[in-house]
Amino acid sequence: MSKVYLILQDNDVSRFIVEAVEDDNPEITVIYQPAMIRMEAEGQMVVNRETVEEKLGRDWDVQELHLNLVSLGGNVDEDDDKLELSWAV
Amino acid sequence: MAAKKLNLKDKYKLLTRDLDWEFSYEDRKEAFPYEEFEGIKITDWSKWEDPFRLTMDAYWKYQAEKEKKLYAIFDAFQQNNGHLNVSDPRYVNAVKLFLTGVSPLEYQAYQGFAHVGRQFGGVGARVACQMQSIDELRHVQTQVHAMSPYNKFFDGFHDWTHMHDRVWYLSVPKSFFDDARTGGPFEFLVAISFSFEYVLTNLLFVPFMSGAAHNGDLNTVTFGFSAQSDEARHMTLGLEVIKFLLEQHEDNVPIVQKWIDKWFWRGCRLLSLVGMMMDYMLPNKVMSWKEAWEVYFEEAGGALFKDLARYGIRMPKYADVVEKEKEHVSHQAWWTFYAYGHAAGFHTWIPTDKELDWLSEKYPETFDKYYRPRWELAKKLEAEGKRFYSQALPQLCTTCQVPMMFTDMENPGELSYRSTEYKGEKYHFCSDGCCDIFKDEPEKYVQSWLPVHQIFQGNCGGPDVPDILKDFYHFNLGADNLDMKGSPDEERWKQWKSA
Repeated sequence: MSKVYLILQDNDVSRFIVEAVEDDNPEITVIYQPAMIRMEAEGQMVVNRETVEEKLGRDWDVQELHLNLVSLGGNVDEDDDKLELSWAV
Repeated sequence: MAAKKLNLKDKYKLLTRDLDWEFSYEDRKEAFPYEEFEGIKITDWSKWEDPFRLTMDAYWKYQAEKEKKLYAIFDAFQQNNGHLNVSDPRYVNAVKLFLTGVSPLEYQAYQGFAHVGRQFGGVGARVACQMQSIDELRHVQTQVHAMSPYNKFFDGFHDWTHMHDRVWYLSVPKSFFDDARTGGPFEFLVAISFSFEYVLTNLLFVPFMSGAAHNGDLNTVTFGFSAQSDEARHMTLGLEVIKFLLEQHEDNVPIVQKWIDKWFWRGCRLLSLVGMMMDYMLPNKVMSWKEAWEVYFEEAGGALFKDLARYGIRMPKYADVVEKEKEHVSHQAWWTFYAYGHAAGFHTWIPTDKELDWLSEKYPETFDKYYRPRWELAKKLEAEGKRFYSQALPQLCTTCQVPMMFTDMENPGELSYRSTEYKGEKYHFCSDGCCDIFKDEPEKYVQSWLPVHQIFQGNCGGPDVPDILKDFYHFNLGADNLDMKGSPDEERWKQWKSA
Protein backbone atom coordinates (compact mmCIF):
# COMPACT_ATOMS: atom_id res chain seq x y z
CA MET A 1 0.00 0.00 0.00
CA SER A 2 1.30 3.49 -0.89
CA LYS A 3 1.85 6.16 1.71
CA VAL A 4 -0.50 9.11 2.11
CA TYR A 5 0.92 12.24 3.71
CA LEU A 6 -0.22 15.50 5.23
CA ILE A 7 2.18 18.37 5.88
CA LEU A 8 1.25 21.26 8.18
CA GLN A 9 3.03 24.45 9.13
CA ASP A 10 4.75 24.03 12.47
CA ASN A 11 2.66 26.44 14.56
CA ASP A 12 0.39 26.56 17.58
CA VAL A 13 -2.77 25.42 15.80
CA SER A 14 -1.09 22.59 13.92
CA ARG A 15 0.30 21.22 17.17
CA PHE A 16 -3.24 20.32 18.22
CA ILE A 17 -4.24 19.04 14.80
CA VAL A 18 -1.22 16.73 14.86
CA GLU A 19 -2.23 15.48 18.32
CA ALA A 20 -5.73 14.76 16.99
CA VAL A 21 -4.42 12.95 13.92
CA GLU A 22 -2.08 10.89 16.10
CA ASP A 23 -4.99 9.88 18.34
CA ASP A 24 -7.20 8.85 15.43
CA ASN A 25 -4.46 7.22 13.35
CA PRO A 26 -2.17 5.36 15.75
CA GLU A 27 -0.04 4.01 12.88
CA ILE A 28 1.13 7.34 11.51
CA THR A 29 4.74 8.53 11.46
CA VAL A 30 5.33 12.17 12.39
CA ILE A 31 8.46 13.86 11.03
CA TYR A 32 9.54 17.32 12.19
CA GLN A 33 11.50 19.39 9.68
CA PRO A 34 12.30 23.12 9.76
CA ALA A 35 8.99 25.04 9.87
CA MET A 36 6.87 22.00 8.99
CA ILE A 37 5.43 18.78 10.34
CA ARG A 38 4.99 15.84 8.00
CA MET A 39 2.61 13.01 8.87
CA GLU A 40 2.67 9.82 6.81
CA ALA A 41 0.65 6.63 6.91
CA GLU A 42 0.19 3.49 4.87
CA GLY A 43 -2.88 3.73 2.68
CA GLN A 44 -5.13 6.02 4.69
CA MET A 45 -5.27 8.92 7.15
CA VAL A 46 -8.17 10.86 8.58
CA VAL A 47 -8.50 14.24 10.28
CA ASN A 48 -11.70 14.26 12.36
CA ARG A 49 -13.37 17.54 13.24
CA GLU A 50 -14.55 16.26 16.63
CA THR A 51 -11.10 15.21 17.78
CA VAL A 52 -9.51 18.46 16.62
CA GLU A 53 -12.23 20.45 18.43
CA GLU A 54 -11.56 18.50 21.59
CA LYS A 55 -7.82 19.23 21.38
CA LEU A 56 -8.25 22.89 20.48
CA GLY A 57 -11.06 23.46 22.98
CA ARG A 58 -13.10 25.38 20.42
CA ASP A 59 -15.22 24.92 17.30
CA TRP A 60 -13.18 24.02 14.25
CA ASP A 61 -14.33 23.88 10.65
CA VAL A 62 -12.60 21.19 8.58
CA GLN A 63 -11.97 23.82 5.90
CA GLU A 64 -9.86 25.76 8.43
CA LEU A 65 -7.23 23.10 7.80
CA HIS A 66 -6.26 25.09 4.70
CA LEU A 67 -4.90 27.87 6.90
CA ASN A 68 -2.14 25.62 8.22
CA LEU A 69 -1.82 23.19 5.35
CA VAL A 70 1.41 22.92 3.37
CA SER A 71 0.88 19.87 1.22
CA LEU A 72 -0.79 16.49 1.02
CA GLY A 73 -0.70 13.29 -0.99
CA GLY A 74 -3.50 10.82 -1.68
CA ASN A 75 -7.06 10.92 -2.91
CA VAL A 76 -8.96 13.52 -0.93
CA ASP A 77 -12.47 13.23 0.49
CA GLU A 78 -13.70 16.10 2.60
CA ASP A 79 -17.06 16.75 4.24
CA ASP A 80 -18.33 18.59 7.33
CA ASP A 81 -16.88 16.05 9.75
CA LYS A 82 -13.57 14.92 8.33
CA LEU A 83 -10.83 15.13 5.75
CA GLU A 84 -9.69 11.76 4.55
CA LEU A 85 -6.65 10.85 2.46
CA SER A 86 -6.37 7.45 0.86
CA TRP A 87 -4.78 5.32 -1.83
CA ALA A 88 -6.66 2.29 -3.14
CA VAL A 89 -3.48 0.35 -3.93
CA MET B 1 -37.95 28.95 12.04
CA ALA B 2 -34.27 29.51 11.34
CA ALA B 3 -33.02 28.02 8.09
CA LYS B 4 -31.00 24.85 8.57
CA LYS B 5 -27.30 25.23 7.81
CA LEU B 6 -26.41 23.61 4.52
CA ASN B 7 -23.94 20.79 4.64
CA LEU B 8 -20.78 20.96 2.53
CA LYS B 9 -22.02 18.64 -0.21
CA ASP B 10 -25.31 20.51 -0.70
CA LYS B 11 -23.57 23.86 -0.58
CA TYR B 12 -21.08 22.74 -3.22
CA LYS B 13 -23.93 21.59 -5.43
CA LEU B 14 -25.86 24.83 -5.08
CA LEU B 15 -22.89 27.14 -5.47
CA THR B 16 -21.23 25.44 -8.42
CA ARG B 17 -23.35 23.16 -10.57
CA ASP B 18 -26.57 25.00 -9.96
CA LEU B 19 -24.98 28.17 -11.27
CA ASP B 20 -24.82 26.68 -14.76
CA TRP B 21 -27.49 27.25 -17.38
CA GLU B 22 -28.74 25.60 -20.53
CA PHE B 23 -28.04 27.24 -23.87
CA SER B 24 -31.35 27.88 -25.60
CA TYR B 25 -30.36 29.97 -28.62
CA GLU B 26 -26.57 29.65 -28.79
CA ASP B 27 -24.76 26.59 -30.05
CA ARG B 28 -22.77 25.07 -27.15
CA LYS B 29 -19.97 24.17 -29.50
CA GLU B 30 -19.57 27.78 -30.50
CA ALA B 31 -19.63 28.87 -26.87
CA PHE B 32 -16.78 26.46 -26.02
CA PRO B 33 -14.76 26.37 -29.23
CA TYR B 34 -11.58 24.83 -27.78
CA GLU B 35 -13.18 21.86 -26.12
CA GLU B 36 -12.84 19.28 -28.88
CA PHE B 37 -9.80 19.91 -31.06
CA GLU B 38 -7.35 18.05 -28.83
CA GLY B 39 -9.33 14.85 -29.28
CA ILE B 40 -10.47 14.65 -25.65
CA LYS B 41 -13.99 13.30 -25.29
CA ILE B 42 -16.19 14.48 -22.44
CA THR B 43 -19.47 12.65 -22.09
CA ASP B 44 -20.68 14.00 -18.74
CA TRP B 45 -19.28 17.14 -17.16
CA SER B 46 -21.42 16.63 -14.04
CA LYS B 47 -19.05 13.86 -12.99
CA TRP B 48 -16.43 16.53 -12.23
CA GLU B 49 -16.17 17.03 -8.50
CA ASP B 50 -13.84 19.08 -6.33
CA PRO B 51 -13.01 16.75 -3.43
CA PHE B 52 -12.53 19.74 -1.10
CA ARG B 53 -15.98 20.96 -2.16
CA LEU B 54 -14.73 24.50 -1.94
CA THR B 55 -17.29 27.19 -2.72
CA MET B 56 -16.66 30.86 -3.42
CA ASP B 57 -17.85 32.11 0.00
CA ALA B 58 -15.50 29.76 1.89
CA TYR B 59 -12.74 30.48 -0.59
CA TRP B 60 -12.80 34.23 0.11
CA LYS B 61 -13.09 33.69 3.84
CA TYR B 62 -10.05 31.43 4.16
CA GLN B 63 -7.92 33.18 1.56
CA ALA B 64 -8.48 36.47 3.40
CA GLU B 65 -7.28 34.85 6.62
CA LYS B 66 -4.20 33.48 4.91
CA GLU B 67 -3.40 36.95 3.59
CA LYS B 68 -3.79 38.60 7.00
CA LYS B 69 -1.35 36.15 8.57
CA LEU B 70 1.08 36.53 5.72
CA TYR B 71 1.17 40.31 5.61
CA ALA B 72 1.58 40.56 9.38
CA ILE B 73 4.79 38.58 8.94
CA PHE B 74 5.97 40.71 6.01
CA ASP B 75 5.52 43.79 8.21
CA ALA B 76 7.43 42.19 11.05
CA PHE B 77 10.25 41.18 8.70
CA GLN B 78 10.68 44.74 7.42
CA GLN B 79 10.36 46.38 10.81
CA ASN B 80 12.93 44.11 12.36
CA ASN B 81 15.60 44.09 9.63
CA GLY B 82 14.79 40.52 8.65
CA HIS B 83 17.45 40.57 5.93
CA LEU B 84 20.14 40.56 8.64
CA ASN B 85 18.86 37.27 9.99
CA VAL B 86 19.58 35.12 6.94
CA SER B 87 22.21 32.46 7.51
CA ASP B 88 24.70 33.72 4.96
CA PRO B 89 24.50 36.39 2.22
CA ARG B 90 25.02 33.67 -0.41
CA TYR B 91 21.54 32.41 0.46
CA VAL B 92 19.89 35.56 -0.96
CA ASN B 93 20.97 34.50 -4.46
CA ALA B 94 18.45 31.66 -4.33
CA VAL B 95 15.79 34.30 -3.67
CA LYS B 96 16.98 36.30 -6.71
CA LEU B 97 16.61 33.22 -8.90
CA PHE B 98 13.17 32.61 -7.41
CA LEU B 99 11.95 36.13 -8.17
CA THR B 100 13.26 36.19 -11.73
CA GLY B 101 12.57 32.56 -12.60
CA VAL B 102 9.53 31.41 -10.66
CA SER B 103 7.31 34.34 -9.66
CA PRO B 104 6.63 35.31 -13.29
CA LEU B 105 5.40 31.74 -13.81
CA GLU B 106 2.76 32.36 -11.17
CA TYR B 107 1.56 35.24 -13.31
CA GLN B 108 1.53 32.98 -16.37
CA ALA B 109 -0.46 30.43 -14.35
CA TYR B 110 -2.97 33.14 -13.43
CA GLN B 111 -3.42 34.05 -17.09
CA GLY B 112 -3.56 30.41 -18.16
CA PHE B 113 -6.25 29.42 -15.66
CA ALA B 114 -8.30 32.54 -16.40
CA HIS B 115 -8.25 31.44 -20.04
CA VAL B 116 -9.11 27.76 -19.59
CA GLY B 117 -11.61 28.63 -16.88
CA ARG B 118 -13.63 30.27 -19.64
CA GLN B 119 -13.18 27.41 -22.09
CA PHE B 120 -14.54 24.37 -20.27
CA GLY B 121 -18.15 23.37 -20.78
CA GLY B 122 -18.45 22.01 -17.24
CA VAL B 123 -19.25 24.45 -14.48
CA GLY B 124 -17.34 22.51 -11.78
CA ALA B 125 -14.17 22.80 -13.85
CA ARG B 126 -14.82 26.47 -14.55
CA VAL B 127 -15.25 27.32 -10.85
CA ALA B 128 -12.12 25.36 -9.88
CA CYS B 129 -10.08 27.10 -12.59
CA GLN B 130 -11.42 30.49 -11.54
CA MET B 131 -10.28 29.89 -7.95
CA GLN B 132 -6.91 28.63 -9.10
CA SER B 133 -6.50 31.65 -11.34
CA ILE B 134 -7.11 33.98 -8.39
CA ASP B 135 -4.73 31.90 -6.25
CA GLU B 136 -1.96 32.29 -8.81
CA LEU B 137 -2.45 36.04 -8.97
CA ARG B 138 -2.21 36.08 -5.18
CA HIS B 139 1.02 34.09 -5.40
CA VAL B 140 2.77 36.48 -7.75
CA GLN B 141 1.65 39.46 -5.68
CA THR B 142 2.66 38.00 -2.33
CA GLN B 143 6.00 36.87 -3.75
CA VAL B 144 6.78 40.33 -5.05
CA HIS B 145 5.85 41.82 -1.68
CA ALA B 146 7.84 39.19 0.24
CA MET B 147 11.02 39.62 -1.77
CA SER B 148 10.90 43.38 -2.36
CA PRO B 149 12.53 44.28 1.01
CA TYR B 150 15.67 42.48 -0.22
CA ASN B 151 15.84 44.93 -3.12
CA LYS B 152 16.83 47.65 -0.66
CA PHE B 153 19.88 45.73 0.50
CA PHE B 154 21.07 43.32 -2.21
CA ASP B 155 21.80 43.56 -5.93
CA GLY B 156 19.94 41.73 -8.67
CA PHE B 157 16.33 42.34 -7.62
CA HIS B 158 15.70 45.49 -9.63
CA ASP B 159 14.19 44.40 -12.96
CA TRP B 160 12.90 40.87 -12.68
CA THR B 161 10.02 41.01 -15.18
CA HIS B 162 12.29 42.42 -17.84
CA MET B 163 14.94 39.80 -17.10
CA HIS B 164 12.41 36.97 -17.16
CA ASP B 165 11.56 37.77 -20.77
CA ARG B 166 15.14 38.02 -21.98
CA VAL B 167 17.86 36.36 -19.88
CA TRP B 168 19.28 33.12 -21.30
CA TYR B 169 18.66 30.78 -18.34
CA LEU B 170 15.26 32.32 -17.56
CA SER B 171 14.04 31.18 -20.96
CA VAL B 172 13.98 27.71 -19.40
CA PRO B 173 11.06 28.43 -17.02
CA LYS B 174 9.48 30.97 -19.37
CA SER B 175 9.38 28.59 -22.34
CA PHE B 176 7.94 25.84 -20.12
CA PHE B 177 4.88 27.97 -19.41
CA ASP B 178 4.68 29.43 -22.92
CA ASP B 179 4.57 25.86 -24.17
CA ALA B 180 1.77 24.92 -21.75
CA ARG B 181 -0.30 28.01 -22.45
CA THR B 182 -0.12 27.53 -26.20
CA GLY B 183 -1.47 23.98 -25.88
CA GLY B 184 -5.19 23.31 -25.75
CA PRO B 185 -7.14 23.68 -22.49
CA PHE B 186 -6.89 20.02 -21.52
CA GLU B 187 -3.17 19.83 -22.24
CA PHE B 188 -2.72 22.97 -20.16
CA LEU B 189 -4.46 21.30 -17.22
CA VAL B 190 -2.34 18.16 -17.46
CA ALA B 191 0.81 20.27 -17.88
CA ILE B 192 0.19 22.64 -15.03
CA SER B 193 -2.17 20.90 -12.64
CA PHE B 194 -0.30 17.64 -12.93
CA SER B 195 3.31 18.22 -13.96
CA PHE B 196 3.80 21.66 -12.46
CA GLU B 197 1.69 21.36 -9.32
CA TYR B 198 1.99 17.70 -8.47
CA VAL B 199 5.64 17.16 -9.32
CA LEU B 200 7.36 20.51 -9.45
CA THR B 201 5.86 22.89 -6.93
CA ASN B 202 5.79 20.27 -4.22
CA LEU B 203 9.58 20.04 -4.52
CA LEU B 204 10.07 23.77 -4.70
CA PHE B 205 7.55 24.84 -2.09
CA VAL B 206 8.01 22.13 0.52
CA PRO B 207 11.66 21.05 1.01
CA PHE B 208 13.13 24.24 -0.47
CA MET B 209 10.87 26.43 1.69
CA SER B 210 11.71 24.37 4.75
CA GLY B 211 15.30 25.17 3.75
CA ALA B 212 14.42 28.89 3.57
CA ALA B 213 13.18 28.64 7.16
CA HIS B 214 16.36 26.83 8.12
CA ASN B 215 18.33 29.73 6.64
CA GLY B 216 16.42 32.36 8.60
CA ASP B 217 14.35 33.75 5.71
CA LEU B 218 11.05 34.46 7.42
CA ASN B 219 9.42 36.11 4.40
CA THR B 220 10.22 33.42 1.88
CA VAL B 221 9.17 30.44 3.97
CA THR B 222 5.94 32.21 4.85
CA PHE B 223 4.94 33.12 1.30
CA GLY B 224 6.10 29.67 0.22
CA PHE B 225 3.94 27.74 2.63
CA SER B 226 1.03 30.11 2.14
CA ALA B 227 1.21 29.55 -1.62
CA GLN B 228 1.69 25.82 -1.15
CA SER B 229 -1.48 25.63 0.95
CA ASP B 230 -3.30 26.71 -2.24
CA GLU B 231 -1.17 24.35 -4.26
CA ALA B 232 -2.20 21.40 -2.11
CA ARG B 233 -5.65 22.18 -3.48
CA HIS B 234 -4.25 22.52 -7.01
CA MET B 235 -2.45 19.19 -6.74
CA THR B 236 -5.66 17.54 -5.68
CA LEU B 237 -7.37 19.19 -8.62
CA GLY B 238 -4.60 17.89 -10.89
CA LEU B 239 -5.20 14.36 -9.73
CA GLU B 240 -8.97 14.76 -10.15
CA VAL B 241 -8.52 16.21 -13.65
CA ILE B 242 -6.55 13.19 -14.74
CA LYS B 243 -9.00 10.72 -13.18
CA PHE B 244 -11.93 12.62 -14.69
CA LEU B 245 -10.44 12.59 -18.21
CA LEU B 246 -9.60 8.89 -17.96
CA GLU B 247 -13.07 7.98 -16.73
CA GLN B 248 -14.86 10.00 -19.39
CA HIS B 249 -13.73 7.99 -22.42
CA GLU B 250 -11.18 5.28 -23.16
CA ASP B 251 -9.98 7.27 -26.19
CA ASN B 252 -8.63 9.85 -23.74
CA VAL B 253 -6.14 7.41 -22.21
CA PRO B 254 -3.41 7.53 -24.89
CA ILE B 255 -3.75 11.32 -25.22
CA VAL B 256 -3.39 11.84 -21.48
CA GLN B 257 -0.46 9.40 -21.35
CA LYS B 258 1.33 11.33 -24.07
CA TRP B 259 0.85 14.59 -22.17
CA ILE B 260 2.02 12.99 -18.93
CA ASP B 261 5.17 11.77 -20.69
CA LYS B 262 5.84 15.15 -22.23
CA TRP B 263 5.15 17.26 -19.17
CA PHE B 264 6.92 14.99 -16.75
CA TRP B 265 10.04 15.33 -18.86
CA ARG B 266 9.62 19.11 -19.29
CA GLY B 267 9.11 19.38 -15.51
CA CYS B 268 12.24 17.33 -14.75
CA ARG B 269 14.39 19.53 -16.94
CA LEU B 270 13.01 22.66 -15.29
CA LEU B 271 13.64 21.13 -11.87
CA SER B 272 17.39 20.98 -12.45
CA LEU B 273 17.33 24.65 -11.35
CA VAL B 274 15.57 23.71 -8.12
CA GLY B 275 18.01 20.85 -7.53
CA MET B 276 20.88 23.30 -7.68
CA MET B 277 19.09 25.75 -5.38
CA MET B 278 18.71 23.01 -2.78
CA ASP B 279 22.15 21.45 -2.97
CA TYR B 280 24.29 24.54 -3.54
CA MET B 281 22.38 27.71 -2.65
CA LEU B 282 21.08 26.83 0.82
CA PRO B 283 24.01 27.26 3.20
CA ASN B 284 22.13 25.46 6.00
CA LYS B 285 21.03 22.11 4.62
CA VAL B 286 17.72 20.36 5.22
CA MET B 287 18.00 17.49 2.77
CA SER B 288 19.77 16.85 -0.51
CA TRP B 289 18.05 17.19 -3.87
CA LYS B 290 18.28 13.44 -4.27
CA GLU B 291 16.51 12.85 -0.96
CA ALA B 292 13.83 15.40 -1.78
CA TRP B 293 13.30 13.78 -5.18
CA GLU B 294 12.92 10.36 -3.54
CA VAL B 295 10.28 11.58 -1.09
CA TYR B 296 8.34 13.97 -3.30
CA PHE B 297 8.54 12.26 -6.64
CA GLU B 298 9.51 8.62 -6.30
CA GLU B 299 7.36 7.97 -3.26
CA ALA B 300 4.51 10.44 -3.78
CA GLY B 301 4.53 10.21 -7.59
CA GLY B 302 4.98 6.46 -7.43
CA ALA B 303 1.83 6.20 -5.30
CA LEU B 304 -0.03 8.31 -7.82
CA PHE B 305 0.99 6.16 -10.78
CA LYS B 306 0.14 2.97 -8.93
CA ASP B 307 -3.31 4.46 -8.36
CA LEU B 308 -3.66 5.43 -12.04
CA ALA B 309 -2.59 1.99 -13.29
CA ARG B 310 -6.22 0.81 -13.14
CA TYR B 311 -7.00 3.26 -15.98
CA GLY B 312 -4.15 1.92 -18.11
CA ILE B 313 -1.75 4.75 -17.27
CA ARG B 314 1.90 3.78 -16.79
CA MET B 315 4.87 5.60 -15.26
CA PRO B 316 6.04 8.50 -17.44
CA LYS B 317 8.42 7.64 -20.24
CA TYR B 318 12.09 8.08 -19.22
CA ALA B 319 11.30 7.87 -15.49
CA ASP B 320 14.18 5.34 -15.42
CA VAL B 321 16.58 7.95 -16.82
CA VAL B 322 15.40 10.51 -14.31
CA GLU B 323 15.96 8.06 -11.47
CA LYS B 324 19.64 8.00 -12.41
CA GLU B 325 19.83 11.72 -13.09
CA LYS B 326 18.88 12.60 -9.51
CA GLU B 327 22.52 11.84 -8.64
CA HIS B 328 23.84 14.29 -11.23
CA VAL B 329 21.64 17.21 -12.29
CA SER B 330 22.13 19.57 -9.35
CA HIS B 331 25.93 19.32 -9.73
CA GLN B 332 25.81 19.80 -13.48
CA ALA B 333 23.53 22.82 -13.16
CA TRP B 334 25.59 24.61 -10.49
CA TRP B 335 28.80 23.95 -12.37
CA THR B 336 27.23 25.48 -15.49
CA PHE B 337 26.18 28.59 -13.56
CA TYR B 338 29.59 28.81 -11.93
CA ALA B 339 31.25 28.68 -15.36
CA TYR B 340 28.82 31.33 -16.70
CA GLY B 341 28.81 33.37 -13.50
CA HIS B 342 29.74 36.51 -15.43
CA ALA B 343 26.51 36.16 -17.42
CA ALA B 344 24.17 35.36 -14.49
CA GLY B 345 22.02 37.87 -12.64
CA PHE B 346 23.06 36.45 -9.27
CA HIS B 347 26.32 35.44 -7.64
CA THR B 348 27.96 32.03 -7.86
CA TRP B 349 30.71 30.50 -5.76
CA ILE B 350 32.77 27.43 -5.01
CA PRO B 351 31.16 25.41 -2.21
CA THR B 352 33.08 25.57 1.08
CA ASP B 353 35.12 22.53 2.11
CA LYS B 354 32.42 21.62 4.60
CA GLU B 355 29.80 21.83 1.85
CA LEU B 356 31.92 19.72 -0.50
CA ASP B 357 32.13 17.08 2.23
CA TRP B 358 28.36 17.21 2.69
CA LEU B 359 27.90 16.67 -1.06
CA SER B 360 30.33 13.74 -1.00
CA GLU B 361 28.34 12.21 1.83
CA LYS B 362 24.94 12.77 0.18
CA TYR B 363 26.07 11.59 -3.26
CA PRO B 364 28.47 8.73 -2.53
CA GLU B 365 28.01 7.20 -6.00
CA THR B 366 28.72 10.28 -8.07
CA PHE B 367 30.11 13.34 -6.33
CA ASP B 368 33.69 12.27 -5.69
CA LYS B 369 33.91 10.48 -8.99
CA TYR B 370 32.55 13.14 -11.35
CA TYR B 371 32.08 16.48 -9.62
CA ARG B 372 34.46 17.01 -6.73
CA PRO B 373 37.53 17.04 -9.00
CA ARG B 374 36.04 19.98 -10.93
CA TRP B 375 35.62 21.99 -7.71
CA GLU B 376 39.14 21.12 -6.59
CA LEU B 377 40.40 22.46 -9.92
CA ALA B 378 38.24 25.58 -9.57
CA LYS B 379 39.67 26.13 -6.08
CA LYS B 380 43.21 25.83 -7.40
CA LEU B 381 42.54 28.29 -10.22
CA GLU B 382 40.86 30.72 -7.85
CA ALA B 383 43.81 30.53 -5.45
CA GLU B 384 46.08 31.42 -8.37
CA GLY B 385 43.90 34.44 -9.10
CA LYS B 386 42.49 32.82 -12.24
CA ARG B 387 38.79 32.40 -11.37
CA PHE B 388 37.39 30.43 -14.31
CA TYR B 389 34.66 31.88 -16.56
CA SER B 390 33.63 30.15 -19.77
CA GLN B 391 33.77 32.59 -22.68
CA ALA B 392 31.91 30.58 -25.36
CA LEU B 393 28.14 30.83 -25.57
CA PRO B 394 26.58 27.45 -24.86
CA GLN B 395 24.50 25.44 -27.29
CA LEU B 396 20.91 25.17 -26.03
CA CYS B 397 18.45 22.32 -26.29
CA THR B 398 15.66 23.34 -28.69
CA THR B 399 12.95 21.94 -26.40
CA CYS B 400 13.89 22.66 -22.77
CA GLN B 401 16.33 25.50 -23.64
CA VAL B 402 18.81 24.29 -21.00
CA PRO B 403 22.45 24.50 -22.16
CA MET B 404 23.93 21.15 -23.19
CA MET B 405 25.15 20.19 -19.74
CA PHE B 406 23.40 16.91 -18.99
CA THR B 407 25.44 13.77 -19.38
CA ASP B 408 24.51 10.37 -20.71
CA MET B 409 23.27 8.18 -17.86
CA GLU B 410 24.84 5.14 -19.52
CA ASN B 411 28.18 6.95 -19.45
CA PRO B 412 27.95 9.90 -17.06
CA GLY B 413 31.34 11.27 -18.11
CA GLU B 414 30.02 12.15 -21.58
CA LEU B 415 27.57 14.86 -22.63
CA SER B 416 24.18 13.67 -23.74
CA TYR B 417 23.40 15.00 -27.21
CA ARG B 418 20.68 14.19 -29.73
CA SER B 419 19.69 15.82 -33.00
CA THR B 420 17.09 15.58 -35.69
CA GLU B 421 16.35 17.21 -39.03
CA TYR B 422 13.14 18.95 -39.96
CA LYS B 423 12.52 20.63 -43.31
CA GLY B 424 16.22 20.69 -44.06
CA GLU B 425 17.27 22.28 -40.77
CA LYS B 426 19.13 20.54 -37.97
CA TYR B 427 17.86 20.79 -34.37
CA HIS B 428 19.80 19.94 -31.21
CA PHE B 429 18.62 18.34 -27.96
CA CYS B 430 19.91 17.40 -24.53
CA SER B 431 18.09 14.07 -24.36
CA ASP B 432 15.79 11.55 -25.98
CA GLY B 433 12.96 13.05 -23.90
CA CYS B 434 13.39 16.51 -25.41
CA CYS B 435 14.02 15.11 -28.91
CA ASP B 436 10.79 13.07 -28.78
CA ILE B 437 8.79 16.13 -27.72
CA PHE B 438 10.15 18.07 -30.70
CA LYS B 439 9.45 15.28 -33.17
CA ASP B 440 5.85 15.07 -32.01
CA GLU B 441 5.17 18.79 -32.58
CA PRO B 442 7.98 20.13 -34.77
CA GLU B 443 5.97 23.06 -36.10
CA LYS B 444 5.65 24.33 -32.55
CA TYR B 445 9.26 23.95 -31.46
CA VAL B 446 10.93 25.28 -34.60
CA GLN B 447 9.60 28.61 -33.30
CA SER B 448 11.52 28.36 -30.00
CA TRP B 449 13.08 31.70 -29.01
CA LEU B 450 16.52 30.36 -28.13
CA PRO B 451 18.53 33.07 -26.36
CA VAL B 452 21.90 32.05 -27.80
CA HIS B 453 20.58 31.86 -31.37
CA GLN B 454 18.98 35.25 -30.85
CA ILE B 455 22.29 36.73 -29.67
CA PHE B 456 24.10 35.38 -32.72
CA GLN B 457 21.36 36.67 -34.99
CA GLY B 458 21.92 40.15 -33.57
CA ASN B 459 18.50 40.41 -31.96
CA CYS B 460 19.79 41.13 -28.45
CA GLY B 461 21.94 44.18 -29.02
CA GLY B 462 25.64 43.77 -28.53
CA PRO B 463 27.78 42.92 -30.33
CA ASP B 464 29.82 42.02 -27.23
CA VAL B 465 28.51 39.93 -24.37
CA PRO B 466 28.92 42.70 -21.73
CA ASP B 467 26.78 45.04 -23.89
CA ILE B 468 24.07 42.40 -24.11
CA LEU B 469 24.15 41.78 -20.37
CA LYS B 470 24.01 45.48 -19.56
CA ASP B 471 21.71 46.89 -22.23
CA PHE B 472 19.49 43.98 -23.24
CA TYR B 473 19.23 42.16 -19.90
CA HIS B 474 19.51 45.25 -17.64
CA PHE B 475 22.20 43.67 -15.43
CA ASN B 476 24.31 46.05 -13.36
CA LEU B 477 27.65 44.62 -14.37
CA GLY B 478 30.09 44.12 -11.54
CA ALA B 479 27.26 44.19 -9.00
CA ASP B 480 24.63 41.66 -10.06
CA ASN B 481 26.94 39.14 -11.71
CA LEU B 482 30.34 37.49 -11.04
CA ASP B 483 31.54 35.59 -7.99
CA MET B 484 30.14 36.13 -4.52
CA LYS B 485 33.70 36.75 -3.39
CA GLY B 486 34.47 40.42 -3.79
CA SER B 487 30.89 41.35 -4.68
CA PRO B 488 29.20 44.51 -3.34
CA ASP B 489 26.66 42.17 -1.66
CA GLU B 490 29.44 40.54 0.30
CA GLU B 491 31.06 43.90 1.12
CA ARG B 492 27.82 45.34 2.51
CA TRP B 493 27.10 42.22 4.53
CA LYS B 494 30.53 42.46 6.20
CA GLN B 495 29.87 46.11 7.05
CA TRP B 496 26.46 45.37 8.58
CA LYS B 497 27.83 42.53 10.62
CA SER B 498 30.87 44.42 11.88
CA ALA B 499 28.82 47.48 12.86
